[in-house]
Amino acid sequence: MSELSDLYQEVILDHNRKPRNFRAIDPCSHDAAGYNPLCGDQVHVYVNVEGDRIKEVGFQGEGCAISTASASIMTESLEGKTLAEAEALFQSFHALLVDSSRPLDANLGKLAVLAGVRDYPSRVKCATLAWHALHAALEGESEASSE
Amino acid sequence: MTTAETHPLATETATRFDVDRVREDFPILNRQVHGKPLVYLDSAASAQKPTVVIEAVAACYREDYANIHRGVHMLSEHLTTQYEAVREEVRSFLNAASEKEIVFTRGATEGVNLVASSFVRPRLRAGDEIIVTGMEHHSNIVPWQMLGEETGAVLKVVPVQDDGSIRLEDFEALLSERTRFVSVVHVSNALGTINPVREMIALAHERDVPVLLDGAQAVPHMSVDVQALDCDFYVFSGHKIYGPSGVGALYGKSRWLKEMPPYHGGGDMIRSVSFEKTEYADPPQRFEAGTPNICGVIGMGVAIRYLRSLGLEAVAAHEHDLLVYATERLSQIPGLRLLGTAPEKAGVVSFIMDCAHPHDIGTILDRSGIAIRAGHHCAQPVMQRFQVPATARASFGLYNTRAEVDKLVEALEKVRKLFA
Ligand SMILES: Cc1ncc(COP(=O)(O)O)c(C=O)c1O
Repeated sequence: MSELSDLYQEVILDHNRKPRNFRAIDPCSHDAAGYNPLCGDQVHVYVNVEGDRIKEVGFQGEGCAISTASASIMTESLEGKTLAEAEALFQSFHALLVDSSRPLDANLGKLAVLAGVRDYPSRVKCATLAWHALHAALEGESEASSE
Repeated sequence: MTTAETHPLATETATRFDVDRVREDFPILNRQVHGKPLVYLDSAASAQKPTVVIEAVAACYREDYANIHRGVHMLSEHLTTQYEAVREEVRSFLNAASEKEIVFTRGATEGVNLVASSFVRPRLRAGDEIIVTGMEHHSNIVPWQMLGEETGAVLKVVPVQDDGSIRLEDFEALLSERTRFVSVVHVSNALGTINPVREMIALAHERDVPVLLDGAQAVPHMSVDVQALDCDFYVFSGHKIYGPSGVGALYGKSRWLKEMPPYHGGGDMIRSVSFEKTEYADPPQRFEAGTPNICGVIGMGVAIRYLRSLGLEAVAAHEHDLLVYATERLSQIPGLRLLGTAPEKAGVVSFIMDCAHPHDIGTILDRSGIAIRAGHHCAQPVMQRFQVPATARASFGLYNTRAEVDKLVEALEKVRKLFA
């Protein structure tokens, strides 16, 4: 059985207390809202893309520690990535949360602290909410739902 | 009898209600969750089942099963008799005047939809009004909104005060020439508030407006007398009174049921069918199309008998004791805020904490074996009213104990430490 401390690691608690890039970026090239209808968590993700590179990412919203920390770490992880790299990172991150047999992808970096979420299936959607919003923003959609 | 000076609960419950004995009736309470004894504080979502109910449902399939209302053979006749006996059980549970006023449904949700569709819809014109409160479960909001979209009728909402109560004068002010129906929750699942329904019904009736009560959270915690209340309709679900899920009942005054068209068409709800003309059965069969959840109804009957054998007053007193105790202990936790502190409350404590989101609270409690609900409780307007995205909610059933409240408090202290 996994311990609570595997889920609520110090890094996660820290990002929850002091979320990074917690701001609206105005103007920005892309933005979208993410909403989890099951629990009411909501997040708004703002992105500035230049060429095919992500310059900066910000977010605002209200959610649990897992969704807030995940959004915060996401914004840090994406800065300077190409769109293709961002997409690949999302895929690796998603796999990390749903497939425990998968070896850790070295590119995940700090995102790996969220690995503990996979032992809490009801919380996976919390961790992916901001990513779904990011995805929607880059696809030119205004809204993403974690459902 | 108790006097005004002594608290009516402490002494009476100790002698009249033996919770340790009662806990033995619920086999699930012996199980562990994450290696810890289960502390089940989510009975408002759905209550656990006593052995007598589990066995009755199993025996129904094992020994008695057949379709009902249509066989000449022994099994069918026998089970039909048992099934119809539950109607009498429900009648007596609600103190309805006649068995014919009891319609079996899939639950409270279906009861509201049935009344919306068969009773209210034909009476509505554009601009007519239906009154609900700001603390309704989605099942008592959405059916009315759907009717509104169809007919142009509008929903009027009694505002919720800071303590989670409503004021009769606010309700009265909403009653108008255009009010066609009032549908209110008897006890709120999100806040625990017990609404002043008797007074509300009297006010509505002064203007000839019929009233439905959503009793899903009331019947597990108090004895209900539909004749004394004089409500026109009353709905509840079996699974919240320690019975099976997917069954429930609607009470409707005979004079209304008689004039209502069917809800669903099919078998069992007709007197005769031909392609030229179909004659509908009388109530309640008119509203019971198709083969129902037979063993579920049998189980619900046993659940009602079980609940009544413990004494609804004793159960209510026991749960009130837990509510008072939990309210006192939770209020002392720094950074914890209770939502719903109305003077008249059933065994529900909804709360938020400064340091942690309800989801995180729910997960941490779960790892201590404590099951609570975290979320909007199918009452999003209540969340909007209190400007919170969600709450954590502990709700009490007849099997809960003060020791379990202590465990809850301990676990909440753990949450505080982790997130401080
Ligand atoms: C106040 C209230 N009304 C209605 C319902 C709906 O009950 P059911 O889902 O059994 O139809 C519930 C259940 O959560 C409730 O708490």
